[in-house]
Amino acid sequence: MTDVLNSTVAAPAGPEIGLVPDADAEGLTSKSLSPRQMAMRRFLSHKPAVIATVALVLMVAFVLLAPLTARYGVNESIFRTEGGVSNRYLTPRADAWFGTDEIGRDLYSRLIYGTRLSLAIGLAAAVIGVLIGTAVGAYAGIKGGLFDDILMRVTDIFLAFPFLVALLVTRNMLGEIPWLEPIVGNRTSIRFIIFLLALFGWMGVARVVRGQVLALKEREFVEASRALGATNRRIVVRHLLPNSIGPILVALTFSVVAAVIAESTLSFFGFGPQPGSNATSLGLLVGSSKQNVLTGNWWMVVFPCAVLLLVALTVNMVGDGLRDATDPKLQRGGS
Amino acid sequence: MFRFVARRLIWAVPTLMIVTFLVYVAIRIGTNPVASYLRSNQRASQANIDEYIESNGLYEGFGGYIKGYFKWLGGFVTGDWPNSIKGNREVWPNLKDALGNSVRLAGIGAALGIIVGCTFGVFAALRPGSLRDGTVNTTALVMLSIPPFVSAVILQMVFAVYTRRWWPDATWLHFPTSGVYPPGNRGFNLSAMIEHLTLPVIVVAIQSVAVYTRYMRASLLDVLNSDYLRTARSKGINERRVLVRHAMRNAMLPIVTLAAIDFGLLFGGLIITENIFEYPGMGRFFLNAYGNGDFPELMPWMVIVVLAVIMFNLLADMSYAFLDPRIRL
Repeated sequence: MTDVLNSTVAAPAGPEIGLVPDADAEGLTSKSLSPRQMAMRRFLSHKPAVIATVALVLMVAFVLLAPLTARYGVNESIFRTEGGVSNRYLTPRADAWFGTDEIGRDLYSRLIYGTRLSLAIGLAAAVIGVLIGTAVGAYAGIKGGLFDDILMRVTDIFLAFPFLVALLVTRNMLGEIPWLEPIVGNRTSIRFIIFLLALFGWMGVARVVRGQVLALKEREFVEASRALGATNRRIVVRHLLPNSIGPILVALTFSVVAAVIAESTLSFFGFGPQPGSNATSLGLLVGSSKQNVLTGNWWMVVFPCAVLLLVALTVNMVGDGLRDATDPKLQRGGS
Repeated sequence: MFRFVARRLIWAVPTLMIVTFLVYVAIRIGTNPVASYLRSNQRASQANIDEYIESNGLYEGFGGYIKGYFKWLGGFVTGDWPNSIKGNREVWPNLKDALGNSVRLAGIGAALGIIVGCTFGVFAALRPGSLRDGTVNTTALVMLSIPPFVSAVILQMVFAVYTRRWWPDATWLHFPTSGVYPPGNRGFNLSAMIEHLTLPVIVVAIQSVAVYTRYMRASLLDVLNSDYLRTARSKGINERRVLVRHAMRNAMLPIVTLAAIDFGLLFGGLIITENIFEYPGMGRFFLNAYGNGDFPELMPWMVIVVLAVIMFNLLADMSYAFLDPRIRL
């Protein structure tokens, strides 16, 4: 039964794929599709992923245009209110769509700036983490031996602790080492948090890339290129990495979510970047909801939580769609 | 099998020592116990400080760390644990209570996750590509995307604040936001305990149900597409038996491993959930000790957590070999 469904869903190598008679209308083009085109098609046929992509693009555009879309500055209080009421803890209204906080700042504008910063932190940490992870994983996979063993043990050790514990202990340690200060900055700065998250972001990716390299390096095309005299470096850069771009992209999207949520968690407990360093992040806004639960200022709780959830959900869905699209073995809609 | 277990157990000792040494150095640098001691005992004389450094082995320099580590290890193994810096209390009684509370909370959460999650996973995998598969899968992804502090804060707001405002008479909808027991409670009180556990357990279960649903679905789908299942069907075995005896048995293998590893991590408590609900478990114990820079409290915590993870990983490997006759150890 697997063969039947491979005809439209999976991507076995071979030119006859586009000529399967019972393939759907799009598949009937007489030319064969490249794996990338097939992945693209699979992604586009995955509705939640497409919706999530559109939503994510809109959201990113919205926060990137923050000076236009936000109504007030990030730390700006609303001074003129209708009817001259105090600007503290205003419920949502025409002046302030999402209400105001304890010193009268517009939550809507703060959320836009906060999302922008959080996405930037998440993306920076994830990209750095994925770059390091790809390099380390590829090296370990192609070389094997001692380096490989050490890498696997190190990841095992880090996985033995709850993620937050590892993060907090390392945060304290890095903050106490004086000669690291010029590189990573103060422990309440944005640079420090990116560095910290990247430090823990590479291990998952390294495992994925190592697995890919180990699986691919015995394949014929690698052997062929080795027979032509290609160096390890060329094999990795020209053959192995382009062939594992799917899993790497998937890992990148999930790393972004993980980094955004980790940053929010740290901020929630007061260990994130501090407002003094111009760091109004999503986590800080969600964290301030803690004080507002019992006092019943629901807008201070609902809106930041909803935005964080929206970010996590859309990026996760894009990642899920990417994984289904790039991994031919994982079929949606099987037998 | 016996030799495998014995070898792994012997290997666990050096692993544990290396890990605890790394943790020792990290925490020594990170919390700076002498500074924490000075914060709690502001009028300590130089003689007091020297005595504290000597009795806890807080020597400086790399050689000092090694010497101090072995001094700490000796004390730890013989049960001679240093008192906490803040409040100068014994560490073990608090740690023991925290461990019990955490295992109760996280254990219920994990058990719910396994039972409900696996049910949903099977439910979805039996009709792959159908509407119900899509619904279950998407719901699981949504649940997985909810950060635990978001669900905790929202639940607190709805079931502890707004239900009291909107329906003051419906007391069965009012839940407490913190602790294990109401203030002033003495002794064991099951109904109060359940009431206090409800919201935190829901927070934990949202995540664990989602994880197990996705794993179970993927695992069962994998098995359902395999050749031996087609063989079983073509032998004429009825569908029910195919599913229960052939498919489920194999699909459960990775789940058992996952569950064993999960139970190992559960000893570390749930830092986020426990702190929002002020639940006195391991996670809260850790964050309090971390906030106070309390070195004598952090180290035993770390040892218990690492030990649990190593032991349950071993258990996972053993259970795999036990359940799957193809694997020989």
